[in-house]
Amino acid sequence: MWKYVGKRLLQMIPILVVVAILIFTLMYFVPGDPIQILLGDSATPVQIEEARARLGLDEPYVVRLKDFVVDLCHFDFGESYMTGTNVGRELITRFPNTLILALFCVAVSLVFGIPIGIHCALRADKLPDRVWLFVTMLCSSMPNFWLALMLVLLFSLRLGWLPSNGIGGWKYFVLPIIANSIGSVAGIARQTRSSMLETIRSDFVTTARSKGLSEKAVILKHALPNALIPIITIAGGHFGFMLGGTTVIESVFSIPGIGNYMLTGINNRDYPVVQGGIIYIAFAFAIMMLITDLVYAFVDPRIKAQYISGKKK
Amino acid sequence: MKNKKIDKAAKKPKSNKPGSLPYVWSRIRQRPLAMTGLIFVLAIFVLSFISPYILKYSWETIEMKARYQTPSLTHLLGTDELGRDELARILYGAKYTISIGFISTGVSAILGIIIGSIAGYFGGKVDNLIMRCLDVFQAFPGILLAIAISAVLGPGFTKVIIAMGISGLAGYARMMRANILSIRSSEYVEAATSINCTTGRIILRHIIPNAISPLIVQMAMGIASAGLQASALSFLGFGVQAPTPEWGSMLSSARSFIRDYPHMCVIPGIFIMLTVLSFNLVGDAIRDALDPKLRD
Amino acid sequence: MVSNTDKKGYLSVQDLVVEYRSGGETVQAVNHISFELPGGRSLGLVGETGAGKTTTAKSIMRILPDHATQKVEGVIEYDGTDILKISEAEMQKVRGGKISMIFQDPMTALNPVKTVGEQIAEGLKVHQGLDKVKARAKAIEMLNTVGISEDRVDEYPHQFSGGMKQRVVIAIALACNPELIIADEPTTALDVTIQAQVLELIKKLQAERGTSMILITHDLGVVAQICDDVAIVYAGEIVEKGTLEEIYDHPMHPYTEGLFGAIPELSKDVDRLSPVPGLPPDPTSLPEGCYFAPRCPYATDACREKHFDLEKVSGSHYVRCIKKEQEG
Repeated sequence: MWKYVGKRLLQMIPILVVVAILIFTLMYFVPGDPIQILLGDSATPVQIEEARARLGLDEPYVVRLKDFVVDLCHFDFGESYMTGTNVGRELITRFPNTLILALFCVAVSLVFGIPIGIHCALRADKLPDRVWLFVTMLCSSMPNFWLALMLVLLFSLRLGWLPSNGIGGWKYFVLPIIANSIGSVAGIARQTRSSMLETIRSDFVTTARSKGLSEKAVILKHALPNALIPIITIAGGHFGFMLGGTTVIESVFSIPGIGNYMLTGINNRDYPVVQGGIIYIAFAFAIMMLITDLVYAFVDPRIKAQYISGKKK
Repeated sequence: MKNKKIDKAAKKPKSNKPGSLPYVWSRIRQRPLAMTGLIFVLAIFVLSFISPYILKYSWETIEMKARYQTPSLTHLLGTDELGRDELARILYGAKYTISIGFISTGVSAILGIIIGSIAGYFGGKVDNLIMRCLDVFQAFPGILLAIAISAVLGPGFTKVIIAMGISGLAGYARMMRANILSIRSSEYVEAATSINCTTGRIILRHIIPNAISPLIVQMAMGIASAGLQASALSFLGFGVQAPTPEWGSMLSSARSFIRDYPHMCVIPGIFIMLTVLSFNLVGDAIRDALDPKLRD
Repeated sequence: MVSNTDKKGYLSVQDLVVEYRSGGETVQAVNHISFELPGGRSLGLVGETGAGKTTTAKSIMRILPDHATQKVEGVIEYDGTDILKISEAEMQKVRGGKISMIFQDPMTALNPVKTVGEQIAEGLKVHQGLDKVKARAKAIEMLNTVGISEDRVDEYPHQFSGGMKQRVVIAIALACNPELIIADEPTTALDVTIQAQVLELIKKLQAERGTSMILITHDLGVVAQICDDVAIVYAGEIVEKGTLEEIYDHPMHPYTEGLFGAIPELSKDVDRLSPVPGLPPDPTSLPEGCYFAPRCPYATDACREKHFDLEKVSGSHYVRCIKKEQEG
């Protein structure tokens, strides 16, 4: 098992290196000049030259790439052009906000999505199922930033119950979590429904029933564990996605998370911020995929056996 | 009432081969919701082109006296911060959201199919190289990739399509490659080879139809999420830019007025939702018709 | 044969009708099947695939798939109670406790994510109220009974071969000492060499425990080895039933004759097997008159017009055919 984890971690390194070089190159070609944005329109050519030299932007591509990679090997993402703060440190301070958001969103989507999906699967094609199917489809059709605005409109501006932006206590997280999870609740519910439908019709569920187990035990102990794999895939994907910062939601609620940081970085052509952010996100995403694969093994002994024997491609 | 429908359902598929176009169409027609969705998208798309000729107000006429009006008989959906008629803007903007969803999905799928086929067909080193590239593509969430590419390309209709098309291709390529690999070693291809089918015939009659149908399902579902993503990009300022009334960018500029004039925020969102919902309903019907696993 | 336990575990199926719904059409899977099974005896239900044997068995267990089942009518009496009428909670006590079932395909009948030990122990916890430790001990005992060494109790189904899986399925079915076992083609999915072993095991366990059994199969050879009584099922109804000797020595129904014709006899020098020609009727639109008439070499116009009842031939031998009426 550990061998498998080790192998996967090693496989991650070349991908991260390529991602780093790629994003550096991409940023090199991005139109727009950070110096212009930094100094404003009133800057004199001399000031611009000075700033350019100070930030090392006057060096050729190869030299800049070399510096970037060398720094990266020391886990140094460099300093932001705009604020002068260390990008790595900035990412670490912002990480908890993003993590809280991501954790709660995944928890909410599992806690609500799975029961709804089971409920539907057990009543497949009957009225409650059809109603839920429509509702979940409606929910996954809502743009989350719009939902966020509507929630702010209702709960912050009209009712005044919850703050509309920024961070502080738990209250500040309620609306972002709702806005961000409605779609994934719907996604998880639909996935649970379809994979439960497949498993409740399989033979081993009939076997379980024929042992005299209660219907609850048949569903929860036999059908659900076998239906979990695709649900885990989706939840893991969502989580990995959100660890990269839910850009849109963080922007609407002005949450100082990683997504928001990246967005400002891109808008300001703040290369170190964008490069550092992307590498962090690729890393978080890869780790999350690995964790997802490990959870598979926990759920399904056949997959575990594959990992141990190392047969998987 | 139900019984008649069931009878129809039972007889229809017999005349049309499952998986064929008439079959899919007959399945969609049996679903009132999917039909509603289809009609909604078509209607709003057509209206988008003819609205400038039939509406009293133009989408770009600024009328400062009529700013921030809530929906009324003169302005059915109200006006925005420059006194432009919301209905005219919404309808005019519909073509952007709808066509970005369609075209970018098409771009993703075509690029993905080509790349996936090359990987699956040649195998070996080519396959390995392509797959590693796709790994890099999939190393971060799709919308971020789209944002990054948009930042390089700059804003605008075509550029959003390119950005989204590229950011979405990895999924299709992987799927196509996997399909080709599994079909090439499948028993029915072996059977076809054993009765001396020509290679051309095998590729044309066996490999392509079997590899494409799951991709069509994927595309049908993908259009909806591409529509959502397009509006999110515009909302963040990377997509189609104001003054073009793309729904996402309308929301983005209306956001500042949410406290006092919420209708400007509510309306574009409802249209995005209805359009995406329609795509989802149609996509769902197509999937049900094409996915053999879902057939009884 | 244990004849003094006749009263206990007496199963009587009367006029069982089951209809499915499939693609908007009604499938008449079981049409007025009736039979009796005294405790301790074993009955073979013989017929082609799709004849309604498994549906009959699942009706007795009340495990027909909800989503497709349209109608279940008739009386299934066990120990004097109609098990189609009792509550689901009561039925759960019957399932696995008094009546249990061995399934056809061992590859899919076991839960892939639970150890075989857990799967055997589960029923014991429910029916005998055993705690975890005792249930595990009993599960190990059951594994020994079916010839699997006890160190495999914590392994998962994917680590077992097909024949071993079927042994596990049998262990699950027998764990709670049921009075009646329904074995649904228990050997069809297995290799020929393994088939004999598994049959032998079932036969031995049934004899040791005095369990009554319904054996579902399409293989008359298997029936001859194990059963006391035989019922031949065709298109959802019984066309002939009687004791093993009655059916094997004096097959009356043309379909039964056909099935016997399909058995290769080593003593005879036959060039070709003669299977029953034709296909079973479409269960969504059964023919008028005798269901077998379209395939029957003796069919007359009368056969195509009138549907016959099951008539007594002699002793416990019944047949559903005009031939018998003409002879009698």
